[in-house]
Amino acid sequence: MQIDNNKLSGRRTGEFLLNNAVIIMMLVAAAAVSIMRPNFISQYNIKNLISNTSARFIIALGVSGCLITKGTDLSAGRLVGLAACLSATFMQRLDYTSKVYPDMGEPPIIWVFLGVVAVCMVFGLLNGLVVSKLNVPPFIATLGMQTIVYGICLVYTGAQPIGGLRKDYTNISSGSLFGFQFLPYLGIIALLLGLIMWFVYNKTPHGKHMYAIGGNENSAEVAGINTTATKIIIYTTAACLYGIAGFLYGAKSGGASVNLGMGYELEAIAGCTIGGVSTNGGVGRISGMLVGVLVFELLKIAMQFMGVPSDYTYIVQGLVIIMAVSLDIRKYVAKK
Amino acid sequence: MSEYLLEMKGISKSFPGVQALDDVSLKLRAGTVHALMGENGAGKSTLMKCLFGVYKMDAGEVLYEGQPIHIANPFEALQKGIAMVHQELQPIPERSIAENIYCGRYPTKLGGIIVDHARMYQDTEALLRGLGLDFDPRAKLGALSVSQMQLVEIAKAVSANAKIVIMDEPTSSLTQNEVDVLFRIINNLRNQGCAIIYISHKMDEILRISNEVTIMRDGKYIGTWPAGELTNDLIITRMVGREITNLYPKKENVPGEVVLRVEHYTSIHSKSFRDVNFELRKGEILGVSGLVGAQRTELMEGIFGLRAITAGSVEYLGRPIRIIRPKDAINQGIALLTEDRRATGIFGVLSVSDNVSVASLSQYLKYHIMLDDKRISKLVRDNIDKLSIKTPSEKTPIKSLSGGNQQKVIISRWLANDPDVLIMDEPTRGIDVGAKYEIYCIIADLAKQGKSIIMISSEMPELIGMADRIMVMCDGRATGFVEGEDMNQEKIMELATRFES
Repeated sequence: MQIDNNKLSGRRTGEFLLNNAVIIMMLVAAAAVSIMRPNFISQYNIKNLISNTSARFIIALGVSGCLITKGTDLSAGRLVGLAACLSATFMQRLDYTSKVYPDMGEPPIIWVFLGVVAVCMVFGLLNGLVVSKLNVPPFIATLGMQTIVYGICLVYTGAQPIGGLRKDYTNISSGSLFGFQFLPYLGIIALLLGLIMWFVYNKTPHGKHMYAIGGNENSAEVAGINTTATKIIIYTTAACLYGIAGFLYGAKSGGASVNLGMGYELEAIAGCTIGGVSTNGGVGRISGMLVGVLVFELLKIAMQFMGVPSDYTYIVQGLVIIMAVSLDIRKYVAKK
Repeated sequence: MSEYLLEMKGISKSFPGVQALDDVSLKLRAGTVHALMGENGAGKSTLMKCLFGVYKMDAGEVLYEGQPIHIANPFEALQKGIAMVHQELQPIPERSIAENIYCGRYPTKLGGIIVDHARMYQDTEALLRGLGLDFDPRAKLGALSVSQMQLVEIAKAVSANAKIVIMDEPTSSLTQNEVDVLFRIINNLRNQGCAIIYISHKMDEILRISNEVTIMRDGKYIGTWPAGELTNDLIITRMVGREITNLYPKKENVPGEVVLRVEHYTSIHSKSFRDVNFELRKGEILGVSGLVGAQRTELMEGIFGLRAITAGSVEYLGRPIRIIRPKDAINQGIALLTEDRRATGIFGVLSVSDNVSVASLSQYLKYHIMLDDKRISKLVRDNIDKLSIKTPSEKTPIKSLSGGNQQKVIISRWLANDPDVLIMDEPTRGIDVGAKYEIYCIIADLAKQGKSIIMISSEMPELIGMADRIMVMCDGRATGFVEGEDMNQEKIMELATRFES
């Protein structure tokens, strides 16, 4: 039988459009906004976009490993919050009147950073242990951890916002390389982390094992992969990234409170899914995640710019998430 | 009324990169059993899924009692009187047998608001008794064995009062007695005027039960013949497209010293393997035979560290080794090709390359942490050549290969670790005749190279043709070993049915 090539290529184009529908639609929307309001493409907006995307991308990098192994991590946002609060309490100015630790001097930034990340990694390790050793479904395990971390954060901060941060700390998030607006430190750090994770996912046995577990956990076990250790590493690495993100968020917002990070895990999961990380496991690329997060942030900024009240933007974001997942599932169902 | 109950004409179906069906026809008479044969990947299951509305065909038409019909989904197929017993079971283990049988079409009362459980159980009871099956309709389906579930699946198809029943490899997990039950059911259906489409790889079954045979090859229709005009050899020749002279390769292996000694191996489950003792020599092919439920797979999984034991020891090259998880066995040079390729073998969404390399990545590092893509790619290409794996590329997802080629990929995975002992659990299950011979050649060649092989198989001719020695198991125990003259079906059957009284 002769297959009609035109028809086939037409179908392929259609497939391509559908598989990338969410990304295409958001790009079109952003283009429309910038045509209607040319000043949308301003230095301020672009810098805002880069720094927002960067922070979210780091969280998404963490969650992605969990998603690829058919898990999830709902504690991401709260861990970001905890990391931000921890960082902030150690990064207050000496002359600030309501210091949390009034007798403390100015500890070196790097020690605070490492300490905060280490604390987060302990929680990630616990997540990994509960998921892989106790076999608690990741959704439930990390839901529990989310609540625990929030509680700890409340106790630690006494529910008080923490302000008066040192300039050298906030500069990490607000400054940029050579003072060039399009090269904020935040963006460079995110890109660097993205590269490292790309390397881990594509060039190391650990990465291959992760995709294998997501593809078929039983086969992975039989192939001699230590699935327990692999999962523990994934959840711990994820928490490490949340710690980094939280440290940067604290600097970015110039202060921290317990509410920082609320719901970030959902945005990160949404970004990953829009970027092609399959909820069925075993599939997902770093480049896709970056695009997914970027497009999602673009949508938010565009809506904000158009004067859509922020309450409404939540509704739109929710719709986008559902649409993205339904299109993702379609790829696997339609292949019959 | 047309001569045929069902006619499928000019059916074509393509998947991305594969023309699965190319102008295929099938003509089915009422009151007959029509066998559909072909190698794996020939398109039999695809054709049936097109008929049953699971797949949408690209071209072609279906005539039902002379009228063109269009079936969009399985529900419509069932309504039109076409039922299908799927190759892969789709059980809901936590629900009762009756609920599984009436799933989706529960009898109701009070105008369809409430499920009429009483009637459902009654009907199921009557249905099962009518088929000679002695199951409790209220029992959880999960409590049955796989073969019993398959019989329930068949009962489900029968209960739909279908005029056409499609059976896709219904006997793949049945014991001989259960096959007899199935054939009785098929004969009853045939006498009631049903038409049965019967897909199987087992020649003797086909010749025993069917009236007509349609043969397919590579997605194309080869022809239809009355079963009486066919023989084993004729069918194989037409399926493969060439004559197969030797069923098994010539063996040139010479068993040497003892490599593996297993003693008093006993599972933590009282009904599983117990007190099993055996030795495996270098370059030996040790067959393992037994009926379904003899615990052969469980024993091998126990040795490989997938199942826990209460007693027993393994000696490897004269020194005792401890195996707690598969990793330990792999480090010792033991590999296990599992029975269920789909569930515990392949990574469907991953590429051929990833599937080959996944168990040996630590050997392919540079600078200690980074994977050496060049060497991995060479490993994969070498294996594709050596085992003649048919794949469009090394990046193709493994799920789009045929069963035989998937099996070769998994064998490559283990060979990449250079194991000394290779345990193969049903290495040719669900693989077509031509590819089977290739797998046999690979096994014989490995033995010749000095690898020790344990081969579990339910097909006795295969074991007798390949093994140097056969261990026979019955009900968790090793009931005997046969070699040389004793290696015949009668002797093996006698040992395989030696139950403790």
